[in-house]
Amino acid sequence: MDVVNEVLQTVLSGISIGCVYGLVALGFVLIYKATEVINFAQGELLMLGAFISYSLIHMLNFSYLAALVVTIIVMGLLGMLLERSVLRLLVGEPVYAIVIVTIGMSFFFRSVVSMIPGWGTDTHGFQTPFTDKIARKGDLVISWEHLSIILITIALILILFSFFRYTRIGTAMRATSQNQLAAVYMGISVTKVFSLTWTIAAALGGIGGILLSPITFVHMNMGFIGLKAFPAAVLGGFGSLPGAIVGGVIIGITESLAGFYLPRGWKDVAAWIILIGVLIIRPQGLFGIQEKKKV
Amino acid sequence: MRFLMKTDYYQDIQLFKYRSTFFWYLSLVMACLILPLLLDEYLLAQLTFICIYAVAAVGLMLLTGYTGQVSMGHAAFFAIGSYTSAILTSKGIPFVLALPTAGIMAGGVGIVIGRPILHLTGLYLAIATMGFAFIVDEILVRWESLTRGNLGFYVDPPSIGPLTFDTEISFYYLSLVILILTLFAARNILRSPTGRAMIAIRDSEVAAEAMGINLAKFKTIAFIISAFFTGIAGSLYAHKLFFINPESYTIILSIELLAMVIIGGLGSLHGAVFGAAFFILLPQVIIMTKDSLPKYIQEQTGLEPALFGLLIVLVMLFEPMGIYGRWLKTKYYFEMFPLYKKDSFKREKKYQKTERR
Amino acid sequence: MAFFEAENISISFGGIRALNRVSFDVHEGEIFSIIGPNGAGKTTVFNCINRFYDLDQGSFCLENHDLSRIKPHAVADMGIARTFQNIELFKNMTVLDNLILGRHCRRRTNFLKETFFVRAVRDQEIESREKTEEIIDFLDLEAYREQLVLNLPYGVQKTVELGRALAMDPRLLLLDEPSSGLNVEETDDLSFWMSDIKEELGITILLVEHNVGFVQQISDRVLALNFGEVITHGSPKEVLSHPEVMKAYLGEEDDAS
Repeated sequence: MDVVNEVLQTVLSGISIGCVYGLVALGFVLIYKATEVINFAQGELLMLGAFISYSLIHMLNFSYLAALVVTIIVMGLLGMLLERSVLRLLVGEPVYAIVIVTIGMSFFFRSVVSMIPGWGTDTHGFQTPFTDKIARKGDLVISWEHLSIILITIALILILFSFFRYTRIGTAMRATSQNQLAAVYMGISVTKVFSLTWTIAAALGGIGGILLSPITFVHMNMGFIGLKAFPAAVLGGFGSLPGAIVGGVIIGITESLAGFYLPRGWKDVAAWIILIGVLIIRPQGLFGIQEKKKV
Repeated sequence: MRFLMKTDYYQDIQLFKYRSTFFWYLSLVMACLILPLLLDEYLLAQLTFICIYAVAAVGLMLLTGYTGQVSMGHAAFFAIGSYTSAILTSKGIPFVLALPTAGIMAGGVGIVIGRPILHLTGLYLAIATMGFAFIVDEILVRWESLTRGNLGFYVDPPSIGPLTFDTEISFYYLSLVILILTLFAARNILRSPTGRAMIAIRDSEVAAEAMGINLAKFKTIAFIISAFFTGIAGSLYAHKLFFINPESYTIILSIELLAMVIIGGLGSLHGAVFGAAFFILLPQVIIMTKDSLPKYIQEQTGLEPALFGLLIVLVMLFEPMGIYGRWLKTKYYFEMFPLYKKDSFKREKKYQKTERR
Repeated sequence: MAFFEAENISISFGGIRALNRVSFDVHEGEIFSIIGPNGAGKTTVFNCINRFYDLDQGSFCLENHDLSRIKPHAVADMGIARTFQNIELFKNMTVLDNLILGRHCRRRTNFLKETFFVRAVRDQEIESREKTEEIIDFLDLEAYREQLVLNLPYGVQKTVELGRALAMDPRLLLLDEPSSGLNVEETDDLSFWMSDIKEELGITILLVEHNVGFVQQISDRVLALNFGEVITHGSPKEVLSHPEVMKAYLGEEDDAS
């Protein structure tokens, strides 16, 4: 019974971290689907969200919920600003140029954060309504922090799903991601769609940040967790939104189990081994579509 | 405007198109040889690093710029080159053997990495290579009996015969010679059937296969060549620093190499050298201009990477074709003067997925 | 035994039968056309010959060598060259480089020799260059030698693709809709080139075409496909006046009303 509990707990904490990976991957895939930009700065958006919420809660004494809402708004605005000022200038340029721009942005954000007073290079933590609370089900002990992440992620997925399925703007975004030119002909403002995409993706990153903070604490290198979002997105099959979440969860669970049961060092590597294994067998990821060029 | 009147097919394939090009490059090499007499040791060391990173960048350029296979894991080959050379020289094997062996080791791992992921494209390939780099990094840390893990490894200065390259100047010459040899080899590959096959794979895999190019074979060859050169650069790097540990070979290095290659100008050997120069010189420039900034900002350690990131973004915004691209455009302007047409390099922007492929 | 033989070729994609027991044979030195409405499976035949797809059933042989299971890149070594419906040139290379690439299947050096650019490599390069010059002469591409393909007009690009296929020294040439997008003058040039290829170079040509007039003018024999099945084959006149063929292209009288 103990072993089962142990496994379940490990898996559950893995799922919760996986949800965060999934959220970052989701923002990432969202941007890619709509604008074909590979956003290397997605992890840094997570970090910025974490820092913003930290400042709000710790320094300005906001409540957790208020901080969450304000962070989402601020990050959303930041995403829109980035899109307007930087990415819009690069529309139509070759892919690699845009990749470098996002890489540059990630360097920039990371370093700027280290220079801001009160943030700097230290590690910070803050209290959430879920800190130190645990739930019990029989012998199973789950921390509310982990549970809250899972629940909030599920809520987010439902919101996003309905948004894309049932609203006009959501449909417009899906249309744009399939064929930009046709979307323009149909009267969809593609630039507005781009802005909205980046807004949502940045907001998702920010939410990921505030969710992750209790577990990894807030520091300027949090963005490297964003790097784990890449294999999550790829595992799920690039261009597949549900795939991003599934990929993230798989990686989270793998890491958690590897960290618990395998010797030191396997934890970081396990996710990558799984990813490469999957790609060798299924080059398009789990849910991706294999696009072979038709001649 | 110059026209080359060709009388011989050999003129099509020779290394230098015009006589004058040869003399320009010759004078460049001469200048590089005299530089140590003019510069202080610190700047000379930076130049050595440019040479080392340029060799690695040439390796990555051949794979990414010419064959179209994106690799975000080249730090792994760099690390393998470093550690192979360090371990071999510590066991008494002469540098003159350790250097090529470092390259060959890296090439060997290149086969192991490249072969299973050949059928992946674009971002999938990039992420898979990133994964391999993480795995290699972890192996380097954990295999303590061989690499001494996080404690690091002390590396002897290299020596070929009676010459020991333990001064700044001597190491600079060593790196310069290796860079020149690397560029020469790369150029040879590119003007031969192998090089053309690699470019064909980048431009249209389907047509390349129809032409009889064995995709798997040539992609593997590209990986091997690329890893080889990067491994050699790694070996030089280890011997320059005298002390290496796994922390120098993280994903950041992979991303930097890729950025080097792209900013320098994707698809040209010049781009590799320009990119390496940009990456080494830029921090120096930032340090030098730091004094003119207000004191508070000056003292931040984060200033340099922040400006660095900003400058990368700006370079790409203003010149997506990279430094070499800008160089070509400027050269073209002067060649065509005063008949230069304003939008000579305006590329049609590609908006649709199908067009970008 | 015919020069090239396809026997009962069948292939399905998902639930759709793209080709259903298609058989035909091509005699040496002739120009053989495959016609049919869109979606009939013409390009699929070519893609099968190029081994981009695996056949569900059937086989094809070139001079009694069974080619149904070889690797895609080995097709070139067998002497089969191909042009593509939507041009698949190497856009970032010059015309000359594209043509020289056609010589790849005749390569005799390996990459180690090439890294050091030994004498053998240099001689092979010059030989490739000479051969491609002959093709440039043949197709009047002198003006475009050093230009990047992506800057060339469509008709010229098509010609370069034909040249690249010829550079492979093929015995069998597969042309996928060579006259599509060409104006009258360019189509005339094409037909002259094709007869020259047939007579001077002795290459057998297998052709997929929509332009019925062109087919009538240039082909020795014709095969008509519809919905992946053979309707009929024979001389151009026979095939083009066959009622089924006319129905496939023009529809029945009832449809018009």
